[in-house]
Amino acid sequence: MNLATIAWKNIRQRGLASSLTTVSVALGVMLMVAVLVIVGILESTFSQRSINFDLIVGAKGDPLQLVLSTVYHVSPPIENLPYRFYLDLAKDKRIDAAIPLAMGDVTEEGSFAIVGTIPEFFKIPYAPGENHEFRIKGTEFYQPFDAYIGTRVAAENNWKVGSKLKLRHGGAAGDHVHDEEFTVVGIIAPTGLPHDKTVYVHLDGFYQIQGHDKPLKEAIKREREFYGETPLTEDELAAEIKKIEAKYGVHDHSQDHGHEGHDHGHAHETPPVQKEVTAILLSCKTPIAAQLLAGELRKGYKAQAVNPIFPMQKLMNDILGPVKQLLVFMTGLIVLVSGIGIFVSIYNSMSARRREIAIMRALGAQRGTVFGIILAESIILCVGGGLVGLLLGHGMVYLAAPIVEVRTGLIINPLAFEKTELVLFPALFLMSVLVGFLPGMTAYQTDVAESLSNS
Amino acid sequence: MSLELKNVKKAYREPGGRQLPVLNIANFQMASGEQVVLVGSSGGGKTTLLNVIAGITTADEGDVLIGGTNVARLSEAARDRFRAERIGYVFQTFNLLPAFTALENVLLGMSFGGQKVDKSRAIDLLKQVGLSHRLNHKPAQMSVGEQQRTSVARALVNTPRLLLADEPTANVDSANQQTILDLLRKSCRDSGVSLLLVTHASEVANQFDRVEKLADFNRPQG
Repeated sequence: MNLATIAWKNIRQRGLASSLTTVSVALGVMLMVAVLVIVGILESTFSQRSINFDLIVGAKGDPLQLVLSTVYHVSPPIENLPYRFYLDLAKDKRIDAAIPLAMGDVTEEGSFAIVGTIPEFFKIPYAPGENHEFRIKGTEFYQPFDAYIGTRVAAENNWKVGSKLKLRHGGAAGDHVHDEEFTVVGIIAPTGLPHDKTVYVHLDGFYQIQGHDKPLKEAIKREREFYGETPLTEDELAAEIKKIEAKYGVHDHSQDHGHEGHDHGHAHETPPVQKEVTAILLSCKTPIAAQLLAGELRKGYKAQAVNPIFPMQKLMNDILGPVKQLLVFMTGLIVLVSGIGIFVSIYNSMSARRREIAIMRALGAQRGTVFGIILAESIILCVGGGLVGLLLGHGMVYLAAPIVEVRTGLIINPLAFEKTELVLFPALFLMSVLVGFLPGMTAYQTDVAESLSNS
Repeated sequence: MSLELKNVKKAYREPGGRQLPVLNIANFQMASGEQVVLVGSSGGGKTTLLNVIAGITTADEGDVLIGGTNVARLSEAARDRFRAERIGYVFQTFNLLPAFTALENVLLGMSFGGQKVDKSRAIDLLKQVGLSHRLNHKPAQMSVGEQQRTSVARALVNTPRLLLADEPTANVDSANQQTILDLLRKSCRDSGVSLLLVTHASEVANQFDRVEKLADFNRPQG
């Protein structure tokens, strides 16, 4: 019989004490694993890996809010920008691609964000590196009322290509469901990013929706105010409106003019002045171009350009990093306390086991052998508890994932494995050796004759 | 395997610091394969003598020659190994490990020497001592007689050349005493193992050809 077998037998003999100490280690490790996995997922989600654009342009405000709302859809958008602003940016020679995004609505039942955009969005890989191209099961996204949906959206709503969907205005709390219907023409293959829980609708169709295009008068005033242009007089305004209506036709969705007899599903061209964008994603030709552009935008108008990495890094460093460290420290303390529990349990058992140690020595076991048996017991309890804790930790993440996703909008992969977990087992092994050392020395120093005679 | 003790002395330190002599043996010899019973009163040093021979404790002075090897001069690790490979020990209180079954207790007897653990030999021995139906029973599930028989099997499993038995029937009921004794003697005789058995019971001693009184050759007071 080898050391491990003898140690295991001894552990089983003290079933209750052994179970309790193992459970305490398991609980500590479970918490630590859950913290590491969830924080790891958050770090990964909020890292550069989540977006493949150099700049996000939006209305002036909190850069973090801009990034969170544009990329992760977990924060309300700041303000809208005039569509003309996007058109001007798109012509800038320093820019490779400019993708407009219009946000603010959700799916009818309120769970998933709606983003209006253009087909070019899906031609650009969703993340840096290889094999991050969008893979769409369906057809091209080109009609005004076309929609692409992420896999989570498809799964939870049981939607497939051809399904119809409606938009709820203003977030899940909004009480107005638009009548316009979009048709799912494609399902986005899983990306592990917020795209999986997003509905992308064609920007042209987005503007067809009642209330999404501003009343002409208001739209013209807002645009001129944004650019710092002199307000028009009433006559000039009327003339401008007439010019626009002559070009694009009279079609005002902004008034609540009743739904009877009115076809909300038809498409028409919306005058640019009535369109607004929530954010613009920019891919620049060079990093320097991105920096210069960001600086220029910071100075003028009412817009800002944000490198998506920086606010997220700040979030990581200032908040998430310290929180992670604190949580890991606290769960580490729990594991340490459970290690002390194992020490106390084994050490206290040594006086009762003195005779057993002496018997083994009398049978020919050397001092090192009995020391090794006690050490083996400590290792089995610690590492065994750690293994159980690892499974429980991932189980906990698995169970919590749907709840976290619903509450925060973040995608949690319950099978995610954090590299730091690999450190756990060497650390547990080291702890078990430290914990088992003193009891092991007690066994080592057992006086065989005296212990046998006292039995 | 022969046994020879020469000028073996052993004393214990009392709580007050005074030395209490327990052994002072000028000479004692046993031939290979011989069966000797040692009779002595309680507290007379019988267990200490067996422990010194087994190498469980060391003599303060003197030589303990077992099959030509001076156990008293060996290092502790060497003594442990020698004991694991060459000596079997049957204790008065059986000293089985409570967490282990009868079979596992016997296997332990061969786990600490250099030899390979032979499960089939352990099972055979247990069958020989009449415990084939108790292989997977723990000591608490066995009678006193069965525990002592397990102890005998454990002492024999590593094919010792010398078997030491410390009052092996003292804690066994009268019905089993003779069984245990016969088992020990027959096993040793059949394997050519030397047997040194200590007892204070005359009915046990009377069954041996050679009976030695400890008091005759042990003069701890000088």
